[in-house]
Amino acid sequence: MRTLAEPLTTSALREFLHGLPGVDEVGIKARATALGTRSIKNESKSWAIDMAIRMVDLTTLEGMDTPGKVRAMCAKALRPDPTDPTAPSVAAVCVYGDMAPVARAAVGDNLHVAAVATAFPSGRASLEVKLQDVHDAVAGGADEIDMVIDRGAFLAGNYGLVHEQIIAVKAACGLAHLKVILETGELRTLGNVRRASWLAMMAGADFIKTSTGKVPVAATPAVTLVMLQAVRDYYELTQTRIGVKPAGGIRTSKDAIKYLVLVKETAGEAWLTPDLFRFGASTLLNDLLMQRQRMAVGHYSGPDYVTID
Amino acid sequence: MSDRVEVRKTYKLFIGGAFPRSESGRTYEVHDTDDKFLANAAKGSRKDARDAVLAARKGFDAWSTATAYNRGQVLYRVAEVMEGRREQFIADVQAAEGLGDKKSARVIDTAIDRLVWYAGWSDKYAQVLGNTNPVAGPYFNFSIPEPTGVVAAVAPQDSSLLGLVSVLAPIVVTGNAIIVIASTTRPIPAITLTEVLATSDVPPGVINVLTGDPGEIAPWLASHGDVNAIDLTGVTSTELAKKLEIEAAGTIKRVRRPAQPNWLATPDLSRLGAFVETKTVWHPLGA
Repeated sequence: MRTLAEPLTTSALREFLHGLPGVDEVGIKARATALGTRSIKNESKSWAIDMAIRMVDLTTLEGMDTPGKVRAMCAKALRPDPTDPTAPSVAAVCVYGDMAPVARAAVGDNLHVAAVATAFPSGRASLEVKLQDVHDAVAGGADEIDMVIDRGAFLAGNYGLVHEQIIAVKAACGLAHLKVILETGELRTLGNVRRASWLAMMAGADFIKTSTGKVPVAATPAVTLVMLQAVRDYYELTQTRIGVKPAGGIRTSKDAIKYLVLVKETAGEAWLTPDLFRFGASTLLNDLLMQRQRMAVGHYSGPDYVTID
Repeated sequence: MSDRVEVRKTYKLFIGGAFPRSESGRTYEVHDTDDKFLANAAKGSRKDARDAVLAARKGFDAWSTATAYNRGQVLYRVAEVMEGRREQFIADVQAAEGLGDKKSARVIDTAIDRLVWYAGWSDKYAQVLGNTNPVAGPYFNFSIPEPTGVVAAVAPQDSSLLGLVSVLAPIVVTGNAIIVIASTTRPIPAITLTEVLATSDVPPGVINVLTGDPGEIAPWLASHGDVNAIDLTGVTSTELAKKLEIEAAGTIKRVRRPAQPNWLATPDLSRLGAFVETKTVWHPLGA
């Protein structure tokens, strides 16, 4: 449990955030691509697939979510592959705040329940509304809160406001873990991603998360690489490990394994745990299970052998 | 300008409406019947087969729900575009099969006519293969043929175009998506056909053509959990056929290994009925 950060002024934050080294976009993209081409041998792949399953935040964030759908997803989260008892459970289920009680009742104490809050996905509401959203989710049984930052304020340079809001949300979370969604697709540049990452970490985030999954550009390897560099540098400075969660657009096992390579080569092996790295995903799990089945039986599996979500 | 530099060709695969190189990067040389070099073809691999199945599954969703009328129109369009490329097909088949002018023209004309013939069946086969069944109760009872799904096929090794079209058309017209492995030593007419398919309104993924060695690729398709059926028409080795049948049994696929007929003769309906599943519906009278 970290002590709450103190609010800082916009000018102090600006001085620090704009003093961070700039991001070489071309270099970062080349590095992320190069790490993505690494050949993974079968034994490592098998380990990686199980690790990736354990890192999944199985997510449903739709207006059409029903209690039945959430319960079905929770059942799948607990036992992703009923035909194979050796398949691990996922890390958490991720739902809207009003579905947190349903999810908590379904998973008991076996899994984390993450709820999105603070006027997800746009983050456009007053602080009171956002905090009430958080209180409701925590009271409903969520032990992880995924908040969105106010991108409008961030892009306008109003860093103090964003910082204050994260601190207030962190306080409202109580014992619940706080994941801060930067919505990198709306931050436009990797330099902004680095600044937003630092801003969130300094304000008390336990995790920094790329995206809501509601805008066209979601998690990309380059963005995740920048965020992993930020948590690594933050660790060197403070000895505190912050988690990273790419979310949205990661659909295949191949992609997931590429991210694990990024984690290992950037932040280090200490981050290769569900406590410090997560995938926000819905369809990824099925692909991981199909690859797992393929490694077990020796031939390709298909969608007939996993659930329809 | 007689010393024009020769344009040497390295053909690619046809997967999901695109022309990717083999994932393995491999190619092999294709020669005509006099052993003269014709072109390089892609030597498909396990992973190409995997990609083709993914593409075919996507293609199947759109194709199987298209109207029978629409499927017929699309196949007819393929025949139209083939007709426009008739000379090229004749030259390809001549080089591949060593046929004379007259015979190769007849083969191409038959292939085009066969497509038209099958295109015509698109909204008629259900009436012939399906039925209203007499039942002892106040019900209508219908049996309706529905597409099997993703079908893998090994095309005939000898009849490089007519045989291929005769295997492919009935599978596709009934609403299935297909992954077909072209003749290993005579792939060029099949490759020309993919260029026709890419420009004739066939939705991406409905027809996927791999070139290479069926002995290497087909077992992966036979065992694949997302392939619903396999057509072994072009498998000449009993040993390979047996191996594929055993592989296919693991996921309970429909397996067909029909004899190769005289391709020039008008076919019967057996191929149309080979890859459909009969659904029987009870419907209360007067409701």
